[in-house]
Order: sequence, then structure tokens, then C-alpha cells
Amino acid sequence: MLNSYTSNTLQYDPELCNNCGMCAIVCPHEVFEPGERTAQLAKSQACMECGACQRNCPTSAITVDSGVGCAAAMIRAALTGKKEVTCGPTTGPSCCGGDGKAGSCCG
Amino acid sequence: MVHTDVHRARFSVRKASSTITLANRWDHFLARWGIKRNQHLVEPGLYALGNPTKDSPIFVTANYTLSFDALRSALRGIDGYILVLDTKGINVWCAAGKGTFGTDELVNRIELTGLHNIVSHRMLILPQLGATGVAAHEVKRRSGLIVEYGPVRAMDLPEYLKTRRATPEMRRVRFNLVDRLVLIPVELVHVLLPMAIAAVVLFFFAGLLASVAAVAAILAGVLLFPILLPWLPTSDFSVKGFILGGLVAFPFAVRMLLGSADAIWWSRAVWALIFLLAMPPVTAYLALNFTGSTPFTSKSGVRREMFAYVPVMALTFGIGIVLAIVVILIQGMGGS
Repeated sequence: MLNSYTSNTLQYDPELCNNCGMCAIVCPHEVFEPGERTAQLAKSQACMECGACQRNCPTSAITVDSGVGCAAAMIRAALTGKKEVTCGPTTGPSCCGGDGKAGSCCG
Repeated sequence: MVHTDVHRARFSVRKASSTITLANRWDHFLARWGIKRNQHLVEPGLYALGNPTKDSPIFVTANYTLSFDALRSALRGIDGYILVLDTKGINVWCAAGKGTFGTDELVNRIELTGLHNIVSHRMLILPQLGATGVAAHEVKRRSGLIVEYGPVRAMDLPEYLKTRRATPEMRRVRFNLVDRLVLIPVELVHVLLPMAIAAVVLFFFAGLLASVAAVAAILAGVLLFPILLPWLPTSDFSVKGFILGGLVAFPFAVRMLLGSADAIWWSRAVWALIFLLAMPPVTAYLALNFTGSTPFTSKSGVRREMFAYVPVMALTFGIGIVLAIVVILIQGMGGS
């Protein structure tokens, strides 16, 4: 209750893992831990969907729908019915703005 | 002749120092307040810090002055190269999320600076939070250079360089009081104009107390909320915001109930209710927006929050405003 952050889009297939250890290195929340044969998904709930593990996984064993949780951009999108602009790696304009007139998400 | 000049210009290495000057600090101050937002830029390219040799480490960063200055000041007494990527003046974490601190720009910048001719090793040290935009295995395939992810914070680099291993503590993002405090100025700047308008409009139509209440609800969201974040109950930012907004609204409601004895009792009661209805959603909305500034809320979680609480915010705020208008109109007619 009152916790919207118990599940996320992080998916990990240990069968594809070559145990390079990159995911455990790049994760700022210790979601992945080094294992003996494959990386271990230790704290799935702590994932903030930044996508660093997915990007640095050479065998595509990890998938996550990444993007920063920029509420202002999502609310704008929901209200205007336009496509949601996020700070995601593939989208063009974003709340972190190339135009620099960004919202607060980029501090 | 022209050729060599072009060649030299392309492969030029600029000098950098670890000293943070008064001018740098002024620039940081302006950046923190969101002033001249696009102008906190560092020229992309290669910089020499101290007296680097062919074996010196290479550190990669963004061309935002706060990022570049955090790095060079952390490397005091260390000889090395700093490779500044063109991230359009955005910090490493946000630029990586956007992809400008990314594989393409890194590979491109390695070529443009002729990095291969300058050092004899193949290691690049990147900030860990740049990993969202950079695929280490692709950089290796395309440039031959090996990406090594250093610690999250530049200040941990001297320790990291001793072993070339980051401790779990260095790998973890944190969001302590200081990290949250530095975000407040820019949050304040963003609400300044709407807050001033709300305060003026309310002052003329509803009086001083309502005007102060609006300012209090907004400041609770952008000033108190970031400070109190870890101590407010529940996980959802919206709920935390509703609770904080409720606490702030309470004294206003009490003041209204007990306050001006000359006002009619039902009008005082309705105004107290208006404060309790309209103030918390304002704080809650600003609190929900703060998710974008934190390094731990996920996109799917924020989306769930939005669908769960934004309608509640709109409803309570809407009822509060409608009630206020009705009361003002009734009293206006009574007075005339």
C-alpha cells in the first residue's frame, strides 16, 4: 500500500548471461550482484529503470523500459494526449531539454 | 603548412588546473539557481591536468561546468587527461539518460582529439553514472579503447586510483541532505512566478491569510519537501506531499476558525475547509514532480503514482477553489 515502486520493467535472463560482471559494476542501487556462474538479480525492487545494465550487457540478457521518472513530462503528455517525452536514450526532445529550459529533473 | 596547422588545431590539448577560482564558484552559484542555464559550458575536447605522460589516466566527463569542475578539483595533485564530451552543457547523469553522453559522442571525441596518439595505453575512466548512455563493449569494438567505470562521485577518484576498484559504497548513489539542498534553488526559481501571481490574486480576492496560505503550500512543496523527504511516511511522493501539505494547512485552518471574530461562523468554517482541501494537493503535486530530481524513482513507479494521485489532487484542489469562489461571491453580494 502507498508504494508504487514495488514492481518495474526490469527483466533478466540468466541463461544468456556470460558473467562479465558489467551489470553489477554500473548499477547504482546494487540490483545486480556478481555470482559464480551468472550475475545474480539481488534487489529487483530497488531498480530505478535507468537502463545502464541493459546498455552495458553484451549478451542482451537484461531488458528494462528505461527512462527517468519525470512526472512533469508524463503529466503534460497525459493532459495534451501527445507522446510522452522522457529523458530516455532514444527520444529526441526531453525534459532534460537540449533547449535548456528544462524542468527540475536535471537539477 | 595549412595542413599541419589544421592537424595541430584538431589534436590540440588544452590545459586545465585543479583550482576552483572565485569566478568558478560564481558560475556554480548561478548554475544552481538556474540562471543562464545554457551558458555553463566547457569547450569539448582534451585537457591536460598537471603534467601528464603517455601512461597517465584519462578521465571522461560532460561539458557542464559543475561536472568538469567537480572532476578537476577532485584530481588535485594527479597528472592525467580529461576528455570532455559535448553534452550541450548537461550533467553526466542527465546527458547519459538522453544519450548525448553516449557511445557515439565518446567514439567520435576519441577520434577528434587523436587520443590514440597521445597515450600509449587503452583505458578510459568514465563516471559510473555515464553508463546509462555508454555501452562499454561497443566503445571497445569501435575505438579499441576499454571503458572502465569509476566511482559515482568524482571525490572518490583518488581512492579509486590506488586500486582501480570501486568499493560498494563508491558504486551506490546517495541522496543525502546536502544532495537535496543544492536542488532547492532551481526548484524555487521554477515556482517563483506562479507563486507571485497566486499570492497577488488571492490577496485581492480572498485576503492576506489566503495569500500567505498559497505561498506556504508552494514553499512546502519545493523547500520543505526536499529537506524532509526521507522522514515523511510512506514511499509514494504524492502521499508524502499530501501529508506535508496537510500539516502546513492545519494551522491556517485553525487560524481561520478561531480568527476574526467579526466574520460569520459558517464562512469561517468553510474557509478552514477550503485551506484543508486546496493546500495539500498543491504541495503533493510539487512533491510528485520532485521524483524527477531523485536518483531512485523508476519511470513505471512514477507513472503509477500519477494515475493514482493526480485525479485526487485535481479533485480536492478543484472543490477547494470552487468553494472559495462561491463564498467570495455570496459575501460579495451580502456586502453590497
